[in-house]
Amino acid sequence: MPAVSSLEALPGEPGVFDKSEQELRAAFLAEVDRIPGGERLRRCIQCGTCSGSCPVSQATDLTPREVIALFRAGDLDRILHSRTIWVCASCYQCTARCPANIKVTDLLYALKRVALDRRVFPEKFPVYVLSETFAKQVRKYGRNFEAGLLRTYFLKTGVTRMFRQAGTAWALWRRGRLAMRPERIRGLEGLRRMIARAETFDRPPADAGDRKPTAEVGYGAIG
Amino acid sequence: MRYSYYPGCSLHSTGLPYDKSVRAVFEALDVELLEIDDWNCCGATAYMSVKETVACVVSARNLALAEPAGLDIIAPCSACFTVLNKTRSFVREMPEFRRNVEASLAEGGLSCRFDLPVRHPLEVLINDIGARRIAGQRVRHLNGLRVACYYGCQIVRPERAVLEDPEVPMALDDLVAALGATPVDYPPKVRCCGGMLVATCEDLARRLCAELCDWARHEKADCIVTTCPLCQANLELLQARGNGQSRPVPVLYFTQLVGLALGCSAEAVGLEQNLYPLKYDFPVLAEASSHA
Repeated sequence: MPAVSSLEALPGEPGVFDKSEQELRAAFLAEVDRIPGGERLRRCIQCGTCSGSCPVSQATDLTPREVIALFRAGDLDRILHSRTIWVCASCYQCTARCPANIKVTDLLYALKRVALDRRVFPEKFPVYVLSETFAKQVRKYGRNFEAGLLRTYFLKTGVTRMFRQAGTAWALWRRGRLAMRPERIRGLEGLRRMIARAETFDRPPADAGDRKPTAEVGYGAIG
Repeated sequence: MRYSYYPGCSLHSTGLPYDKSVRAVFEALDVELLEIDDWNCCGATAYMSVKETVACVVSARNLALAEPAGLDIIAPCSACFTVLNKTRSFVREMPEFRRNVEASLAEGGLSCRFDLPVRHPLEVLINDIGARRIAGQRVRHLNGLRVACYYGCQIVRPERAVLEDPEVPMALDDLVAALGATPVDYPPKVRCCGGMLVATCEDLARRLCAELCDWARHEKADCIVTTCPLCQANLELLQARGNGQSRPVPVLYFTQLVGLALGCSAEAVGLEQNLYPLKYDFPVLAEASSHA
């Protein structure tokens, strides 16, 4: 089975893309190639089983089926600016039911990675802040420190939201379910060296560091 | 019988009752759990979706640490279970990716063959120990207790913990029934609780959890039992806030229920740490009390 990136054209795809669209497609196809079975994308029959199975489809602007259709039509930009990739809760129902065995959840992950690498999201974007804060915690302690993660996350995305969570935190703390101190693993140095090496394999495009988050998109209701 | 045990971060914090009850149940069944020494975070969904190699390396460190013991690994958290298994299938299916993961592990002086199975305690209880043996060791009976068995997403798909219909799994229902309780008809048993949307898109997660709780109330369930710390926390917390009109539904870990049936104390299974403790007096079985 040839990799997706080596296919000349996917069904229904127009022949010509502008330069930025070509770049986006190349980045996405490189990500798709990393998913075992990613080449099955071209087998989509647009049956809509994924959309019908999605528990959060009422909150998305593009259904999973539309995401695949738009991709084939060459409109990757619209996908990256949609809410869909950020609202996916990773429940894998679409993947489990797809009659063509397309790993829809992993495709959305790949799109999310492209959007994050290219900074296609607003400032203080919750999903980005959460994953960054999470990664920092793991590097710092080796384990996730829930109380610290949520504190930093809410401080960065909106303090008022933190106050709304105070009752929850209190209820958990009272029952001994909110660890107030992080647990640090002994092999932290080794873990950091491993992460540093692994990062060299997950490299974002060369110019991503200079890009500012772009805020013009329609995920207003998130967060 | 011995297993390596990977609790994961949640079980040391919000999921503490899960950790307690898993240990209590396996102890009551005379099964030894050896906690993987110096385990780290599994990488979790938040990481996996953003940086693939890093996520798999973070997760692979645990598999490497478990390897010398040569025992099957038990991971009670559904997210840990999925991420650890996903790492195993990624490295097995992609040779180049495997080389990258191995090269990264080597930086910390570790290596891994990725052949130890990662298993969920529900599947271990059912396949290695057996519902019949567990039922035979009951000390208290759960007769009349109506239970909504909630499997959530990640132990039925994409990495299946229990080999059965991913749409209508019955493993947990069968276990609960073997203990004498009544599993109610619970159609949303594999529907999503919202997962990490509780942090990024709370209203949506709340809607999903409300639906799950409403179904349980509709079936007059005394409690929902879950197999995952995030499902448990979401179902408890999101019904705690808002939705004040309806009666709260206690949300237990399935191991809490099994532990209680096996005679573990409410404290040993962390029952008071749940936000809505189950109101049920768990009468002692006649045979068990005559032995005592």
